[in-house]
Amino acid sequence: MAQNDEHHEGHSATTKDGHAGEKFNMGEMIMHHIKDEHGWEFAHGLKLHLPIILYTADRGLEVFSSRHVEDGKTYNGYHLDHKTGHVHRVDAAGNADESVKVLDFSITKNVASLLLSVVLLLVIMNAVKNAYQKNKSGRPTGIQRFIEPLILFIRDEVAKPNLGHGYARFMPYLLTVFFFILVNNLLGLLPGAANVTGNIAVTLVLAVIAFFVVNLNGNKHYWMHLVLPSGVPAWLLPLIIPIEIIGLFVKPVSLMIRLFANITAGHVIILSLLGLIFVANQLAGPATAWGLSPVVMGFTLFLNLIELLVAFLQAYIFTLLTAMYIGSAIEDNHEMDHGIGYDENKVIEPVA
Amino acid sequence: MDLLTPSIGLLFWQIVAFGTLFFLLRAFAWKPILASLKEREDNIQSALDMAQKTRAEMASLKSENEKLLAQARSERETILRGAKEVADKLVADAQKKAQAEGDRILEQARESMANERTAMVAAMKKEVVTLSIEVAEKVLRRELVDKAAQEKLVQDLVSTSRLN
Repeated sequence: MAQNDEHHEGHSATTKDGHAGEKFNMGEMIMHHIKDEHGWEFAHGLKLHLPIILYTADRGLEVFSSRHVEDGKTYNGYHLDHKTGHVHRVDAAGNADESVKVLDFSITKNVASLLLSVVLLLVIMNAVKNAYQKNKSGRPTGIQRFIEPLILFIRDEVAKPNLGHGYARFMPYLLTVFFFILVNNLLGLLPGAANVTGNIAVTLVLAVIAFFVVNLNGNKHYWMHLVLPSGVPAWLLPLIIPIEIIGLFVKPVSLMIRLFANITAGHVIILSLLGLIFVANQLAGPATAWGLSPVVMGFTLFLNLIELLVAFLQAYIFTLLTAMYIGSAIEDNHEMDHGIGYDENKVIEPVA
Repeated sequence: MDLLTPSIGLLFWQIVAFGTLFFLLRAFAWKPILASLKEREDNIQSALDMAQKTRAEMASLKSENEKLLAQARSERETILRGAKEVADKLVADAQKKAQAEGDRILEQARESMANERTAMVAAMKKEVVTLSIEVAEKVLRRELVDKAAQEKLVQDLVSTSRLN
């Protein structure tokens, strides 16, 4: 990873020959690593050129390799800005043409990692399913032994307590969310890997799906509580109702930000620690940097272990909170079911 | 591609990827896996129930056996006691009977002995009388050869016997 870091800085450095001449910029290095890009550089010099897919109103869909726009080259009227990572149209003179809106559907590093995680999950779960079908009631074998406790945990500790008797309907969604986040968190911990769950677009989609799952399943009681909260004095209603409605959106937003911030923060801390070596190199020379390395490696190892915990924890928290939100939306109000009427004293407050 | 502004490409691919993943896993993985898990749990539960039932059955069977055994034991005791009683009674009866028989035989023996003695005494008496008479006759014959002697004898007899 260290080699990798130095190389990336080479892009912005004016001189590419010799490390001594490079100016190490910690902030830039970190941002570069936690953000998306159009190629996947596993290590120094080993770069996978991913396809760029663009849609423009005038030219339609265009697909070409990111190799063509590497290192500031212009291809077919497109230029890749290395600072922002955006592809934009340039005119014949090489000036940016801001009038053309370029929609970038490229298979970026994150998208590639995302697709890889999907394939990985499909392969793993297919193997697990086959294991179940091969020995119907025997004890688990192989990868089944690792996956089964997680499935049972989601079912017994997350779904059942929060969703009650109707839990089975939401199991596929909760399991998919849990394993998707878990696998992407874990893949993100590998050196040179993409930061998928630490990307706001990914968590945004997960949060929006959670929002729809919660609110499309909301029952009469859920909506009644929203527009006419029980046990609240009438004069407070103008205050409470907007708060409740804001709360509706705050929940998925909190899901989105929590996952994004936790994973990104973990990456930032690890990268900052590793960056210390290069800062030391620049400030006090190679000897100090080498001397510092074991200490930094110890801390990094420790933080990596914490990140491993966080990978499981965040997948669990996202799934748990989603289950709680769904639970509050589908909670039964038995008085209403029996047509007796709305009993103000017997309303169970939805969780969170 | 700034940190906090989601890029359209990733949004699009994330929707596609997650949607595909969800529908594929739901159809081909979660349903069979969850069904298998439930089936296995049901199997285990039913096996546990069966074991519990069997254990209860075993316990009831055991208690029944014990009851039977206790009954058999008490029956044996009764039978033994009865047999002993009968045996004792038999022995006692036999003893009594033997005693009675013995007594009877003894009695008989004693009786016959007594009879025999009486008969013997009678016979001896008769013999003695006969002998005495013979002796007396002989003596008398010798004594009474002469007349004088006869008279003397009569006289003696008369004098000795007090006639009153």
